Parts: sequence; structure tokens; C-alpha cells
Amino acid sequence: MNFEFSSDQMLLKDQARKFLEGEESLKKARAILEGELSFDESLWKSVVEMGWTATTIPEEFNGLGLGYLELCVIAEELGRSLAPTPFSSSVYLATESILANASNEQKQKYLPKLASGEIVGTLAHTETNTAPTSNNLQCSFSNGQLKGKKIAVPDGDIANFAVVTAKEGEKVRLCIVDLETKGVEIKTQNSLDPSRSHASINFNNAEAEILDNDKDGWIALETLLERAAVLFAFEQLGGAEACMNMAKEYAMGRFAFGRPIASFQAIKHKLADMFIAVELARSNCYFGAWALSTNAPELSTAAATARVSASEAFNECSKENIQTHGGMGFTWEFDCHLYYRRCRQLAANIGSQTIWKDKLISSLERSNKI
Amino acid sequence: MDFKDTSEEATFRKEVDKWLSDNAELKEGPNDSLSSLTEEEALLRAKEWAAKLYDDGWACLHWPKEYGGRGSTPIERVIWGQEVSKYKVPGGFFEIGQGMAGPVLMMYATEEQKKRFLPPLAKGEEVWCQLFSEPGAGSDLAGLKTKSVLEGDTWTINGQKIWTSGAHYSDFGILVTRSDPDAHKHKGLTYFFLDMKSPGVEVRPIKQISGGANFNEVYFTDVKIPDDQRLGAVGDGWKVALTTLMNERLAVGDASGPDFEEIFNLACKQDLNGDLAIKNGSVRDKLADWYCQYSGLKYTKYRNISALSRGETPGPEASITKVVSGNKLQEIANFGMDLMDSAGVIRDETTDNEQSMYQYGFFGAAGIRIAGGTDEILKNIISEQVLGLPQDMRADKGIPFNKIPTSNK
Ligand SMILES: Cc1cc2nc3c(=O)[nH]c(=O)nc-3n(C[C@H](O)[C@H](O)[C@H](O)COP(=O)(O)OP(=O)(O)OC[C@H]3O[C@@H](n4cnc5c(N)ncnc54)[C@H](O)[C@@H]3O)c2cc1C
Repeated sequence: MNFEFSSDQMLLKDQARKFLEGEESLKKARAILEGELSFDESLWKSVVEMGWTATTIPEEFNGLGLGYLELCVIAEELGRSLAPTPFSSSVYLATESILANASNEQKQKYLPKLASGEIVGTLAHTETNTAPTSNNLQCSFSNGQLKGKKIAVPDGDIANFAVVTAKEGEKVRLCIVDLETKGVEIKTQNSLDPSRSHASINFNNAEAEILDNDKDGWIALETLLERAAVLFAFEQLGGAEACMNMAKEYAMGRFAFGRPIASFQAIKHKLADMFIAVELARSNCYFGAWALSTNAPELSTAAATARVSASEAFNECSKENIQTHGGMGFTWEFDCHLYYRRCRQLAANIGSQTIWKDKLISSLERSNKI
Repeated sequence: MDFKDTSEEATFRKEVDKWLSDNAELKEGPNDSLSSLTEEEALLRAKEWAAKLYDDGWACLHWPKEYGGRGSTPIERVIWGQEVSKYKVPGGFFEIGQGMAGPVLMMYATEEQKKRFLPPLAKGEEVWCQLFSEPGAGSDLAGLKTKSVLEGDTWTINGQKIWTSGAHYSDFGILVTRSDPDAHKHKGLTYFFLDMKSPGVEVRPIKQISGGANFNEVYFTDVKIPDDQRLGAVGDGWKVALTTLMNERLAVGDASGPDFEEIFNLACKQDLNGDLAIKNGSVRDKLADWYCQYSGLKYTKYRNISALSRGETPGPEASITKVVSGNKLQEIANFGMDLMDSAGVIRDETTDNEQSMYQYGFFGAAGIRIAGGTDEILKNIISEQVLGLPQDMRADKGIPFNKIPTSNK
């Protein structure tokens, strides 16, 4: 049994953590939150220089051709440090949908530039405050043109292109659109976590191409979201663990009634509960990582489990971290709220907890093995 | 990252599999057990099975060969555990002896005693019990009062133990006593083992919430124990007890009873409001939570096994198992009965085996959350030993044991 990351992968993780600490990623997240910019360009450049955007892109497209396990450990550290970059949109969503669905020509066009960070991509899927389904999608594609409106598009105001879900007649398609093209109108939207930008995008007969190679677009989308769920889960795991450690540090140093608050059992048990949630999430994330990296038949189950478990852990840890900090936790000045915000942002980005729980049970119903 | 055995591990697993398939029956489902037997029958079956294991070299795998074990590596022990759990084999009598008493004897007994007691323990000829908890000392075990007094080279024991599982069929027991009430709480304890048939030992069964009576009160009236049955130095009993408790926490793993698979299968076939229960949103929501816990524990175990396989000591992650699985069992048991609607409360073991499985779990879970360290004590252990938080403030520090308050009166 070797259910653990390799020593090389652990080394990469360690490097990633040190690098992001050195870059003062957390401070940069706060600066983006408080300022006018959508992301931290210098941090993004450094991330690109580290080669992280090229991780899973094959060498023939100027990528590093590494595996998903490497991407998982990077994701955990990005989550821990709240890196204010479009990494998740460009890598887990855009790059992945091209790798999985695009024609060779499309790959040639996009992948080398995604690897080198020259372009940023995203996925535009949400349309209203009802979860999208293959029935309720309103965006339409016909004769090479895209019409309709997407909202809450992560990094929509940063990205150079988007993969867009749309209907062609009755069929769901994944389309790819250059966001600098005519007929595209982008507006930054305020969000709960301004350290990660969101935008609405209007397509008014914008020129687009089909990406899905005549596959069933909805299935292609579901597969994409499943694979991305594992990577999002690792970001959530990193965030959850960071909150647990913050709460612990603060509780050790803060005194009340003549003793550290860490010696009060209510606080100790709160931290034990955080530890339990993080450990369960970590083990489920590892299962997800294994399934993602081996393309295992268990991927649907493993991805949904990792996602649900990590969302839960991040929620538990980010809210109880605030509670442990008392009044300080409710201030703008302390970092607790950065995690509280990011927790909600990550929980929202690829669909709600209710939907993922439902996907998990559906996947167990489909497979006859638990 | 993979789930594959190393080639040595695979060879070992094959060997285990071969022996098990020749000697035992596969379970039909995860909860297929021999629980319908009477205690007497079950003990007999367990002894026969233990003897068979011993004769073929599969008893107490990690013990040295000279004491009746196999001299296996920790990972081989895990592989054995994984394989044997697929078979319908008797169990439930030797966990305390082989899991706790054996290792303590191995550390503290004389060579002669080890030769006398360990092989019969491995062979299942002798059953052991754990005489630790007292009416006034459970979580706060070091608050125990059972008195031991040395005269010449014989100790005299007076006092009472309680919640002693299996005392009524045990041959020997491990016992912690207070030898010096003037010393500080943790300093005045002394640890022994004794023959349960010694004059002055009286075992009285306690009826449990489930109706059964597996645990007991044990009274000691002028019970004599020779000094050479002392384990560890006089006054060092706490240290020896801690070694035992560490082994207990390793031995007490998953809660047994209906788990995710059972409740999922039930939801897939049970009707709820005119449709299958599995189609109900609230049912799905609960199932998803339990699956995450079930899967989280499963893969936490795999992470620990991987550490063992690399020759490392597993991290403290293992400490979460009992807390999570005890509570999960309690919820699943309750929900299983809930899915049977009003009839879920009816107890008729002859007609519906499935119903009684949830009912057993309902009671069993309540005990699991207490036995071997309560949820609260385990969370203290996690916060102190894993996260490094301070110990609880104590009202009994620096006070001689006999001056510590024990009630409101
Ligand atoms: C099925 C079963 C089998 C058992 N078998 C054995 C056996 O074979 N041998 C043996 O020696 N013992 C055995 N026990 C006893 C078991 O170890 C004790 O019951 C357990 O340690 C709790 O002690 P207590 O019953 O005295 O409860 P208490 O210690 O009085 O606890 C009562 C409540 O107070 C809480 N509490 C106590 N201290 C603290 C604290 N510091 N912080 C927060 N909360 C606290 C507990 O968590 C619990 O909720 C068994 C128990 C059960 C249920």
C-alpha cells in the first residue's frame, strides 16, 4: 500500500508553500480585496515562471507533462495562501476542457499559450441564481455565433477566452470564445470575495467555435466539473488547514481568566473537531487525487466525496476560526475574514454543496460498488 | 500513489488468503456474524478458532515466535486483519488479553512468567479482563481507590472495580491499585496481574442498556497477590497503565454495526412516501454526509497502513477513528429504524434480522462512545497530544491523593 504522495511530490509541495510565503501571497490577497485590481499580476507572473500553469500540459504543447498528483499539491498550497490569481479558472477549468475535448488544431492554438501564461482562460456556465441544467440553459449557439448572458464567471474580466456552455438546438455544446472579439461585453461583478474576481459576460452574436468535437456537451461538462472538483477540493483543504492553524496560534497566545484560551475545553474541543474535519477531508482528497491521476472508474464518486468533504471542512474551520478569535475575528484588520470569504467563493464556484451531495449519491447508485 | 502491495506483501496476502479460505467461511455481507450464539457457545467457538490459529501459526501475528506469535511485521498484521475481516470467524473474547494484557506482560513480566502466560493467551486457552475502572474513577482513572498493602512478599487487595467486560468468564485480570494514598494521585499506584479464581474475588454481572450483561462489578476482599505478579515498580502503576491504554486505543478501532453500505442498501429498497427512500432529498443529504465520514475513515486507515508499509510509525490521525465511527453508528442506527417508520421500534429478532441490526447498533453505539475513553476524553487527547494545546486546569494538582475532593458533600 502506497497511499501517499511521493517524496518528489512532497518536495514540490514544500517548495510551493515556501514560494508562496516568500511572495507574501496572503498580503497580496488582502491588497486585491481592498484595491481596484482584479488579480495580482506580479504574483501571477511568478506562478507562471514556476511552471505551474504548464503542469499537466503535454510536452508537445510546450507543457511540463507532469501528472495530476503534482497539480493537487500545488492546489493545496494555493488554497492555503489564498493566492489572488486566476489559476483555478485558467488551469482546472479552461486548460482541462481543452485537454479533454479540443481538436488538435485548437490544442495547438491554446495550450502553448496557456502553459506560458500568455493567455488566461475560464469557464462561463452560470446564467441565473438557479443551478444550470441541460434544460434551463438559455445561451444559444448557431452558425458559429454565440448569443446570451453568463454571470458569476470566475476571472471573467481577466480571461482572454472562455469555454461557454450553450444550446445548439436541443444539444448542449461547449463553445470556445475569444473574449476580445466583437459582440462580447464584460462587466466586473461585485462579489463576496473580491480577492477573486467575477464578471458577467454578454454575448451578442459573438464569433465562437465548438470545442466538444461532437461529444455530448453536457457529459463533457460534467466530466470537466468532476475533475476540477478534486483540484478545488485541494484548495479548500489547504484553506481549512490554514484556518485550523490560525485558530490554534491565536488560542495559545490569547489569555482570559488568567490562562490561555487554548486551555478552555470548549476551545480545545472546537480545535479537535476542526482537526477531525481536516483529516477526513485530507483522506478523501487523496482518494480523489488517486482517481484523477489514474482516471479510475471511481472518479465520479471520489471527486464528489473530496469536494463535499473539503467544502465541509473549510466551512467548519473558517467559521470556527473567527469564533476562536472573538471580536478580533470580526475585524477587517485580521485575516480571518479573508478565509471566510474564500471558503464561500470556492464553495460556490463549481456548484453548490447540495448539488455535489446529490451527485455523490447518484454516482453510488450508478456503480454497484461502495 | 497506489493501493498495491509490495511483492512481499502480496506473497504474504496470498498465504493468508489460502489459509483462510481453507479454514473459514466467507461472510455474506459486512454484518454477517455469529451473533446469534449464546455466550457460552460463542466462547467455545472462539477458543476452538484461537487454537486452530495457534496450531497453524496465525495467532498474535506480531508477537515473537517464542511466546506463541508469528514474529510478523506491523504491515503483515494489517494484511491479516484486512483478510480475516472478510470471513465469518468467532471473536470478541481475546481482544483485552491479546491486545492489552499480552503487550504489558511482554514489557514488564519476568521471562518465566512470559513463558507461562503468553502462549496460552495466544492459543486462547485463557481469557483475560481489564480491572481498571472504578465507581469513582473512569475518565479520571488515576483517581482509583482499590487498596493494595504489602506484607512480606504478599500484597492484600481490598476494594471494587466496575464495568469489567468479561470478568465472569475470565481466568486472569490486569489490575491497577492504590498502594500509597498519601502520595500524589499519579504517584501512588501499583499494577498487578491476578488469577480471577483467587479467594476473595467476587464477580457480579451488571445488566446493560441492551439487556445483556457483558460487564461486571468485581469486589476484592482480602485478595492475596504474590509480589512477583507486580508489573512495574511499586508506585509506577500509572506508567504501566498508560502503556495499556495506548494499546487499548489501537485495539479499539471501528465501531461494529450497520455502516454506510447497510443504510444505503436499505434506502435503495425501502419505500418512503410512495417512492424509494433513496429518491428523497433529505435522505440523500444524510447519506452523503455519512459516506464522506465512511470514506474519510477508510482512506485515513490506508494512509496509516502506507506509513507502516514504509516502516514508519503511523501519525496520530488514527485517534479520530473511534470518535467519528461511534457517532456515525449512532446516527445510522437511528436513521435505519426511522426508515422503518413506526414499526422501527418493534423488537422481534425472529422475523427481521435487518431491523434488529439497527437496534443493536442503537444500543451498541451508546457504549462505544464511552468505553475505552469517552468522546470528550478523546477530544482532549487530540487537542493535547496532536495539536499541542495545554492540558485542562486541574483541581487536584499538588494535593496528596487522600485530600482530593470527590463529591459535593
Ligand atoms: C461497554 C463498556 C465496556 C467497558 N469495559 C471496561 C473494562 O473491561 N474494563 C474497565 O476497566 N473499564 C471498562 N469500561 C469503563 C470505561 O472505561 C469508562 O466507563 C469510561 O472511561 C468512562 O468513565 P466513567 O464511566 O466513570 O464516566 P465519567 O468519567 O464519570 O464520565 C461521565 C461524563 O463526564 C465526562 N467527563 C469526564 N471527565 C471529563 C473531562 N476531563 N473533560 C470533559 N468531560 C469529562 C465524560 O466524557 C462523560 O461524558 C467499559 C465501559 C463500557 C461502556
